[in-house]
Amino acid sequence: MFNLLQIELYKISKRPRTYIAFAAITAIVVIFQLAFKADGKSYMDLMLQSVQDSFDIDKSKAINGYFMCYIILNTLLIQVPILVALIAGDAISGEANMGTLRLLLTKPVSRTKLILVKFAASVIYTIMLLVWMAVMALFLSLLIFGADDMLIFRVKGDESLILQITSDDIMWRYFAAFGYAAVALTVIAALAMLLSVFAENSIGPIIATVCIVIVCTVVSNINVPIIDKHVKPWLFTSYLVGWKGFFYIGTTADGEPIKGSLENWPAIRNSLYILAAHILVLLGSTVVIFRRKDILS
Amino acid sequence: MNPVVEVNNLSKKFKEIDAVTDLSFTVYDGDIYGFLGQNGAGKSTTIRMLLSLIKPDNGSISIFGKGLTENRNAIMKQTGAIIERPDMYKYLSAYDNLSIFAKLSGVKGSRKLIMEKLDQVGLADRSNSKVKTFSQGMKQRLGIAIALVHEPGLIILDEPTNGLDPQGIADMRNMIIGLSRNMGKTIIVSSHLLSEIELMANRMIIMHKGKKMVEGKVAELLDPSNSMVQLETTDDRATFKALSNTAWAAKATLTDKHIQIRLGKNEIPALAESLHSMDAKILAIRPRHSLEDYFISLTNEQTDV
Amino acid sequence: MLRKSILLPLLLVTVTGMLQAQDINQLVANAKAKLGKVNDYEAKGRMKTNVTFLKVPVANVKVYFKAPSRMKIKSEKGVSFVPKGAVSINAGGALGGNGYTIIDAGTDKVGNTLVRVAKLLPLDENSEVVLSTVYIDPITSLILKSRTTTKENGTFELEMTFSRYAEFALPDKVIFSFNTKDYKLPKGVTFDFDDGSTVTQANKEKQKKGRAEITFSNYIINKGVSDEVFR
Repeated sequence: MFNLLQIELYKISKRPRTYIAFAAITAIVVIFQLAFKADGKSYMDLMLQSVQDSFDIDKSKAINGYFMCYIILNTLLIQVPILVALIAGDAISGEANMGTLRLLLTKPVSRTKLILVKFAASVIYTIMLLVWMAVMALFLSLLIFGADDMLIFRVKGDESLILQITSDDIMWRYFAAFGYAAVALTVIAALAMLLSVFAENSIGPIIATVCIVIVCTVVSNINVPIIDKHVKPWLFTSYLVGWKGFFYIGTTADGEPIKGSLENWPAIRNSLYILAAHILVLLGSTVVIFRRKDILS
Repeated sequence: MNPVVEVNNLSKKFKEIDAVTDLSFTVYDGDIYGFLGQNGAGKSTTIRMLLSLIKPDNGSISIFGKGLTENRNAIMKQTGAIIERPDMYKYLSAYDNLSIFAKLSGVKGSRKLIMEKLDQVGLADRSNSKVKTFSQGMKQRLGIAIALVHEPGLIILDEPTNGLDPQGIADMRNMIIGLSRNMGKTIIVSSHLLSEIELMANRMIIMHKGKKMVEGKVAELLDPSNSMVQLETTDDRATFKALSNTAWAAKATLTDKHIQIRLGKNEIPALAESLHSMDAKILAIRPRHSLEDYFISLTNEQTDV
Repeated sequence: MLRKSILLPLLLVTVTGMLQAQDINQLVANAKAKLGKVNDYEAKGRMKTNVTFLKVPVANVKVYFKAPSRMKIKSEKGVSFVPKGAVSINAGGALGGNGYTIIDAGTDKVGNTLVRVAKLLPLDENSEVVLSTVYIDPITSLILKSRTTTKENGTFELEMTFSRYAEFALPDKVIFSFNTKDYKLPKGVTFDFDDGSTVTQANKEKQKKGRAEITFSNYIINKGVSDEVFR
């Protein structure tokens, strides 16, 4: 099994498209960093609009490495599913397209094992993307902008909030958030992989995955009560942004943040369960379908 | 002679199309077994069923005396294949490709072994070149190296000469014969060219529209003194049933349009007598000159459609 | 205006007479004199901000003051939200300058202490302050509470507790209440994680009032404060 995984990872590492994702992340992050280095205050002004009338805020302190990472992840984690789909959507269909699938499947390796290994390789790739993101968006930002307390601008229901997390209470939240993001993106990988089984070229499953994510995300963001209540809980995209839950710090009755706390851990945990259930169902279906599939490519 | 591949009553439908119907044949140890048929005759479907790429709807396949479904991995360890085009990872080198498929076949694949195998197919000096820079012939040779790297006892080649130039075709043929004669491998090879099968195979099967037309030794089937007779009666089905209790049984096949019987011309009177004795109403007895004519007639039949 | 000018002196006379106490002008002057003892100070304190939309931790702050009215609150570390009106927490803002009319507004209670209430109307029409109300303890001449209405920053209220530094009129604790605008994030900038929690009606109601509480740990008085810190 480990041998097989090694082979899969080797194949992924040798493909140019693998590095497109890393390059894309690097580009996005660097553009963000340059923009904020040049004119981060304007962004802060926008976010703090009405608050500035009543408070003096040291904006240059507020634009720090931790804050940058949050802002970058906020944007980037919406795009990363595309990058994950790029690899996972290609896992089976790419081999079918290249003609290697039929050869691969005449080898003494069971199809279940093959799917599991390919899935594991996609997950490892996803984790590598996140590690790279952490290096670029978090550690490089910390290097450029320094560390300080972090402000979280949050919309909760119809209320806007500013949360402040002290600098010594942030790092673990990022580790947890990246961990959560890994689980969330694994759902995308599993979805892309399932679609990959049906296709004989990788464009189809990649585009299909991205379309599903976009449609579900748009539906998730239609703020109509009937959708909020009856549709949203059933869309996996509603849980993709759950990593933010690690930055919603718990507060005392009079609004003071409690260091090391989370406002709503059960909600995060439930989201994780739901995502895990998605992974199991998608991966299980992939295995069942692939085992029965006649290879005609 | 030990049977290596035994196929019984194999059937496969794709939606409403019968790809393979009630197919049975046996391949023996050391055979070069030719699969002959037009495109769409069911050769590829059958070969893919032998390689567990396609699941049969009915029937059984046993290879090396073991059921394929239950012993797939053990059987595949001893089987090598090229299926249609020899496709591999274009973005990887010849060395990487061979090394990967060696490992997948359960061979450790030391550098020495891989280089040795590449050398055998004349690709040692291109071991680090990416496959996308290879010509069709080079890919074919690498494909062979991949099929043979784990020293399989059974080699299945689906249209291995497709896309090759005449020299490539000749090389391939010589290699196949060599593998059988010198190394005692059992080989199944498919083609839509009778001439090709004739030059390599010792036994063959002709398939048409998913059904077996004839099976037997190539030398016998192509013996000019042997002929194919198309027999039409008022009730082919009943006649065929009646024939199956006679000495003709082994030589007769029922098709949609007629019964065909393989026999020497001098046997035709005896056949007529037998038919008469079983009260079959004969509409026509048409002798074909040779298997080749017969095969061409099948081809024409298809092009007519 | 005419009626007011007739009524106010009347009221003043009545109240003063009832309490048989000091003249309000004198009391304000006493309070001011007490404040005048301090030319500058630097103080350490802990600031707790209580605004519904702002979830910020207690901040360790340094407060700098220099007469007549310069004041700065700095967070020792981290990002801090300093209420804008809070720079007048020593009430100097309320009593700063001479250009105001003092009106005796009778007596009231701050906690358990009986106090005199004075309303100060600035004479200068361009003054930022529209009206200040100060609650002075007649015994100690300390301002225990003040309410200031400004043109730009709304109304804010100070409540002070004195003990250790009472002789300098420096409070141990200040509660600063102020009005704040409702905070609304620009639309569409966040994709938020909806964890299913809902906003209660009570929260919405409270949103208009803010409170900052500073507890001072020690003052360094009249030892000089660099002008740099006010920049």
